[in-house]
Amino acid sequence: MTSTTDTSTTEAKPGFVGGAANYLDERLSVSAVLKGFGRKVFPDHWSFMLGEVALYSFVILVLSGTFLTFFYQPSMAEVHYDGSYAPLKGAQMSIAYASSLDISFDIRGGLIMRQVHHWAALLFVAAAGLHMLRVFFTGAFRKPRELNWVVGFLLFLMGMGAGFTGYSLPDDLLSGNGLRIIDGMIKGIPVIGTAFSSGFFGGEFPGTEVVARLYSLHIMILPALIIVLIGVHLMMVIIHKHTHYSGPGRTDDNVVGYPLMPVYVAKAGGFFFLVFGVVAAIAATFTINPIWNYGPYDPSPVSAGTQPDWYIGWLDGALRLAPSGWDISIFDYVIPMGVMVPLIVSLLFLALVAAYPFIENWVTKDKREHHVLDRPRNAPTRTAIGAAGVTFYAVLWAGASTDLIATNFQMSLNQVLVAMQIMLLIGPGIAYFVTKRACIALQNKDREVVLHGRETGRVVRLPHGEYIEVHETVDKYELWKLIDYKDYQPVLARPDSNGKISLSNRLRSAVSKIYFEDRIAPVSKAEYELAHADHAPEAVEQKPSRKRKSIDA
Amino acid sequence: MRRRPWAAGLVVFLGLVLSGGGYATATNIVQAEAGSPIQVEEGRKLFLANCASCHGTNGEGAIGGPSLIGVGAASVDFQVGTGRMPGQGSGPQLRAKPVQFTQEQISAMAAYVASLAPGPAIPDEEYLRGDGDATHGGELFRINCAMCHNAVGAGGALTEGKFAPALAGSTPKHTYEAMVTGPQNMPVFNDANLTPEDKKDIITYLKYIEDNDSVAGFELGSIGPVAEGLFTWIFGLGFIIAITVWLGAKSN
Repeated sequence: MTSTTDTSTTEAKPGFVGGAANYLDERLSVSAVLKGFGRKVFPDHWSFMLGEVALYSFVILVLSGTFLTFFYQPSMAEVHYDGSYAPLKGAQMSIAYASSLDISFDIRGGLIMRQVHHWAALLFVAAAGLHMLRVFFTGAFRKPRELNWVVGFLLFLMGMGAGFTGYSLPDDLLSGNGLRIIDGMIKGIPVIGTAFSSGFFGGEFPGTEVVARLYSLHIMILPALIIVLIGVHLMMVIIHKHTHYSGPGRTDDNVVGYPLMPVYVAKAGGFFFLVFGVVAAIAATFTINPIWNYGPYDPSPVSAGTQPDWYIGWLDGALRLAPSGWDISIFDYVIPMGVMVPLIVSLLFLALVAAYPFIENWVTKDKREHHVLDRPRNAPTRTAIGAAGVTFYAVLWAGASTDLIATNFQMSLNQVLVAMQIMLLIGPGIAYFVTKRACIALQNKDREVVLHGRETGRVVRLPHGEYIEVHETVDKYELWKLIDYKDYQPVLARPDSNGKISLSNRLRSAVSKIYFEDRIAPVSKAEYELAHADHAPEAVEQKPSRKRKSIDA
Repeated sequence: MRRRPWAAGLVVFLGLVLSGGGYATATNIVQAEAGSPIQVEEGRKLFLANCASCHGTNGEGAIGGPSLIGVGAASVDFQVGTGRMPGQGSGPQLRAKPVQFTQEQISAMAAYVASLAPGPAIPDEEYLRGDGDATHGGELFRINCAMCHNAVGAGGALTEGKFAPALAGSTPKHTYEAMVTGPQNMPVFNDANLTPEDKKDIITYLKYIEDNDSVAGFELGSIGPVAEGLFTWIFGLGFIIAITVWLGAKSN
């Protein structure tokens, strides 16, 4: 076949593909775009593909969701069910629920599409969450990517919102119970709560409006926002270029990897189908959200084991773990702290997550651009903060299943609840301490390895009778990984031009001390050369120098 | 308009007779079909040997267990027939365990306990066949039972280590008996609350969901979104991460 070279100089007639490509190129200058865009370089690492998984899950969601919109009817008008599922025949229910049942039982391919959609939704938020953790623990949110962290954070929130609105659409008992909890939380907000709830539900809960409103949110507003934010997110990836892990020749000024065309287009395209395949295989073999089991929504029954989908679980857990009896009465007006405490705590947690890049930057005052990622151990305090945050979230998350933990492990529900409350308070602290010490220990080990090499276990006798153990020096690739990280030092609070030390300066200096006072400095060139100079075993024996409470002059 | 003074009294009297009589006929507190004297005597012997240490030699109750006077044959048939009695160990709740007696022995003990005082009887076969209205049964189940036993009877937690057991594997007879006697922490659903026909419908619904496998694949224990979320993280994402590691590995 003829290649797409300049046609004016070719003698052979271009084939169909060549001709078509040329036709397009002359009108749209595709080649210029491809030349630039197609040569974008992406580094190779498995952890860089997690965001991709979220993106592909979203594509699967759009495809399967479009199918579902053809058959789903967002109406709360009452009908008598006349479909195939015997134990609901003749039952009174909303059209929304009846059409969801029809999708499951009477529309060809409907059930698997519903299951693909729901499993992909769980995977979408899970992959996005894991991607966020990867970005956090490798420090990929540092300058210049702080804003993209915020965009990603918003995407995660939108994913939660889109998930919850979708969960509520079938109008079955489970989703109705979930909506009732949201209604209760809204009504618990002082002053505006009641008005806001009746505005949202179009009157008293559940009303006849809410499903149609959730449908607009679910298929139009939230997906549109997600698409726009994904666009911004990926645009910023192109502007900033991708980060990479440290290695020889990898610096903050370059990116080492393979070009988009043809390597990544092939890899990513194939990866999409692999993700789709996994989701389809799960959807074909495992039941998700069997709405026919839950029955039509009716405000009176509540089923045991009523839980939200996993990504809302931590909020449900916060409600469950909030102690009772904290309500405040102002004259006749009660502020329900059982609702307000979880609401405030979860909003604060989200705010901290969103603001973390700015907080860390305020501490380090680091104005440099960072394109080489940190190994988590080389930023011990950040990693410890992350571990504390993960623990906090995980306890709240587990809190949503206190009843299932109690029955499945034969424990008392009340004691499980109290144990979780205690874990929520002390767990993050323990995680912080253990993680920080583990990181510092690993850094110390890395220093040993760089200076001494790896212990091989081979003991040799020298001609003069001395026994030594042979140490194997690490190769250049390994060496880069071990020594290439930034060394921050605690900042001292200094007087400003008026000779005063401002409160924020004092605070910053205190936080900076927490961050960096017990850091392990990377091996310097001098140390390395000294350790590897011949006949200098005494230098090798030195303990790694540990800079404590040093001050930047 | 003047009323005769006794008119009010008559109305009250009629009201009491009607409601009380109606209640008595509607509830299930009727004498169980009396077992033969030989069966009752056989039951008494078994009772003395196996139950009397906790429930008293005449079933009047003792330190270890409650009085059995008036609990009826249904209660004995349920408790002993599911292995919960004779009780073993202490804990928030007695668990079902392998049955200790033959059905003949259980029936004898049931006949003995029923002979002490009237109580709920062992249900007729006609309510247990599972040929009622599953839709109605499902609705009643969701309203009356699902808050403890879960919408498909997968079970659920109660306070302080007590729990509502999963219903899969429970026979229609035991399910019916549990409803009329309210064992352990379960409330009594007498015939005024749920008529025998209602109970038959509930049994029909439970039988339907037990006999028909999920059309949508493995059910992950029917415990709802928690199992689905764990599955997503462990198997869904786990498998996909394995793929990313494979794709990210150097080709050599």
